[in-house]
Formats: sequence, structure tokens, C-alpha cells
Amino acid sequence: MKARVHVTLKNGVLDPQGKAVHHALQGLGFDGVNDVRQGKFIELELDGTDAAKAEAEVKEMCEKLLANTVIEDYSIELA
Amino acid sequence: MKSAVILFPGINRENDAIAALKQATGTEPTLVWHGDTELPKTDIIMVPGGFSYGDYLRCGAMAAKSPIMRAVAERAKQGVTTIGVCNGFQILTEAGLLPGALMRNASLKFICKNTHLKVENAETRFTNLYGAGEIVEYPVAHHDGNYFADSDTLDRLEGEGRVVLRYCDVDGKVDPATNLNGSQRNIAGIINEAGNVLGMMPHPENAIDPLHGGTDGRNLFKSMVEAAS
Repeated sequence: MKARVHVTLKNGVLDPQGKAVHHALQGLGFDGVNDVRQGKFIELELDGTDAAKAEAEVKEMCEKLLANTVIEDYSIELA
Repeated sequence: MKSAVILFPGINRENDAIAALKQATGTEPTLVWHGDTELPKTDIIMVPGGFSYGDYLRCGAMAAKSPIMRAVAERAKQGVTTIGVCNGFQILTEAGLLPGALMRNASLKFICKNTHLKVENAETRFTNLYGAGEIVEYPVAHHDGNYFADSDTLDRLEGEGRVVLRYCDVDGKVDPATNLNGSQRNIAGIINEAGNVLGMMPHPENAIDPLHGGTDGRNLFKSMVEAAS
């Protein structure tokens, strides 16, 4: 089973890297971009087939290591 | 007076930490490897600067989960004087010993220069040899020193006198123009609730010898030693 984890900065936390990317996109002429937020994508290959158990475990991984919940939100997708 | 310096792969300021602790304590600090699970008996623990684990995932995230950090957390809880500088500050926040997080500098640039700091609380065991509001000069060298915490946490830190150092100019002016890296409220260093754990981005250990260009950092180490003896 695969778990895909997206880690993004919380709303209200300034994202200077996203801002720089936004600025660069504007420089390339992409005027229709209102905002850019940069995050991380982490793919995990897991043992087992129990989705509920896997989700609980990945949630724990996010809380303990993959995300810093002071500044980041995470979402988990199982496939 | 015994001190210990924690060493993680990718740390590069351990010799500076050792020199400063040796100067202040008169004895050679013990180096403790990240994979160890036990700390020797020590009065001061220093987590030095550098790039532990290549800053993978987030600065300090991996180091915070290494075996030795359980022992560091345990000692810190018992009241042992613990200081984290630069990457050490990032590691202590990631380990949950200090609130908040260090984000990428607002300018996105690595900042390597001397900076002025205002000693906001001169009654801590790290700063009691400085005067209240004294302006000191230490070097900074970091890419991720932009201190963030939610406003409730910031208000609590301010209310409890836990903001120890703030970025300022030579006259002590604290405002957005003197905010080196985008930190909330110009915060450069904070202590924990019990007052025995300090995290700071600037490097006092690189301001202890006239050859460094200044010796403002000496009193920070001397304060720790006096408080611990």
C-alpha cells in the first residue's frame, strides 16, 4: 500500500519561498497567478492492507516527524 | 564544572562551542555522539550549530529524534542548564524543549554577518552578567532563523520575560528595519518556562576572543557557569 503525504504551511504562516516563486512566475509573464504556497510531497511504501490502520500509523508519523504542526498542516492519501 | 557538547552528523560549530565552554569553565567539555543514549554527569549541555543531517526534511528535525536527545530532554527537565545555538536552537524547538519554529529567512538569503542584539531579560542564568537592555554584538550565520510562533505563544513568551534577545541596531532600536531575518517581534533568543533552556540563532561562542572582533559573548558563558556553580 502507498501513502502520499502533503505537507503545507498553515494559513497565516508567511511562505517566503512561495512568494519568491510567485514573483518569478510573474517575471515569466504568468499574470494569472494570485498566490503560490510551496510544500512537500512524501510518498511512503507500507506493509499491510488495512487502510484504517495504515492511516492511523501515517498520521502518527506526520505528528512525530514528517510535519512540524507549529507551522505546517498535512494531508494523507492512501492508494 | 562539567559541560557536554552534543555532536550530530553535519554539525560544524562544535569546536567553537568547546572553545567557549573551555574558556568559561576552565575544563575540557565532553563530546557526546548523537547515537549515545546516556549523558555523562554535566552541569551544562550545549547543542552547537551546523547542518545536522544536511537540514533534510526540516532544520533540526532528524537530530531532534536521535537517541541522545531523549537523555538531553530528561536532563533539561531536571533543570540542567541547556543551550542551543543556531542549528542547536532549531533542534531544541523540533524536540519540543522550546516553543515555536525556525523558518527560512524572509529574505531567502543565507545571512552571515555581525548583528546587534538587545538583552531583553538580564535576569536569566544565561544573561545575568549583562545589564538590562544592554546592546551586544554577535555573529549570525544561518538560512533558517526566522522565528515563528502563534500570537498566543508570543504574548505568553513576552509576558513571562522569556524573550531574552532581540535583533536591533547599534542604538538598540527594535523595528522591522532592524529585523535581520523576518522573525516574529525581532526575536533572536528565548528560554523555556523553567528558565534553564535557552535557544538562540546568533553565535555567542564566536564572540569570545579579540581575534573574533569582539568578546561580547563571553558573559553569556560566564553567566551560565556562575549560575551552575
